[in-house]
Amino acid sequence: MSTPASGLAQIGKSVVIKGELSGSEDLYLDGQVEGSIALKGNSLTVGPNGQVKASVDAKGVVVQGKLDGNIQASDRVELRKSAIVTGDITAQRVSIEEGAFLKGKVDTHRGDAK
Amino acid sequence: MSSVSQTFMKLFRGSSGPAIPAPGSPKLIRRSSGLGELSRTWESAEGLCVLDLGSTSPTNIRHFTEKGHRIYSEDLLTASTGPELLTKDEQGKAVLDSRKFLAENLVYPAAHFDVVLCWNLPDYLDEGLVKPVVGRLWSVLKPGGMLLAFFHTRDAGPDSPCHRFHIVGPDTLEMQRIVLRREARRGPTGAVHTAISDGFQLQRVFNNRHIENLFRDFASIKFFLARDNIREVLVVR
Repeated sequence: MSTPASGLAQIGKSVVIKGELSGSEDLYLDGQVEGSIALKGNSLTVGPNGQVKASVDAKGVVVQGKLDGNIQASDRVELRKSAIVTGDITAQRVSIEEGAFLKGKVDTHRGDAK
Repeated sequence: MSSVSQTFMKLFRGSSGPAIPAPGSPKLIRRSSGLGELSRTWESAEGLCVLDLGSTSPTNIRHFTEKGHRIYSEDLLTASTGPELLTKDEQGKAVLDSRKFLAENLVYPAAHFDVVLCWNLPDYLDEGLVKPVVGRLWSVLKPGGMLLAFFHTRDAGPDSPCHRFHIVGPDTLEMQRIVLRREARRGPTGAVHTAISDGFQLQRVFNNRHIENLFRDFASIKFFLARDNIREVLVVR
């Protein structure tokens, strides 16, 4: 499991947030978030303890935990083997490890640059 | 074949995690005539909408997205093991609530999909869910849309393991045996247990007449008989 780099914005596993989460830096999320997450131009990592019930809009998304919501990424989405995702994924590239669970659609842009 | 209650007792007490391939289970290569015929559809068309009803397969997702198609992944077999689906009929017999199941699964607009990959779902799905699921699949398929399903023949035997299927060529599949991993739970002594059970059990063996009856609302049906005691069926809405 990848651990967050120092200097990265982090939400620890005991933190619970309900509402709209937005920012202009990369975010490592290992707690609970319900609502929406907007990190255009930046990356979101949902850690192994992360439980997200939110729509996500970011440049890149890595999921190791649980995400219930649609993912819109201008670049890449990665589902690691411990990921449990329920929702649609729209991205230029999608990488899914063996063991990841997905219930939803995968739609990759073809030559769209954002 | 297993009753519903026996299947539930065997598979889980409490919730079960997503189906995972058995650790170290070999991948078997299988030629599929049904897949070969079906793959001509997505090789020659663009922007198709595909529904894969097997376990999440990174291989299948990559296969379709690289060709510019949209793929939906929905593991119906694992979804059918949810303990919240268990109910009792008028005789007090344990059954699965098919209405609740279809309220939470296969929820798509009508005439949405060009292709549905059923794999071996009907053979392993609980009896009470088979016809409702096929009825729902008919409605979410576009007119002219195609569905591929695999059925064991009687010669396959009652203990035929349940596999997941990965598309590795126009008419070639990789098969992996499925196991179910129960989420780690703390037992009465405080020790944490994570059990791996042997996966799904074959619920029934369909004969040709049963299969034709199951898909009677479809416009056409084609059978392909394989040497490994699997009957492949390609139906068109």
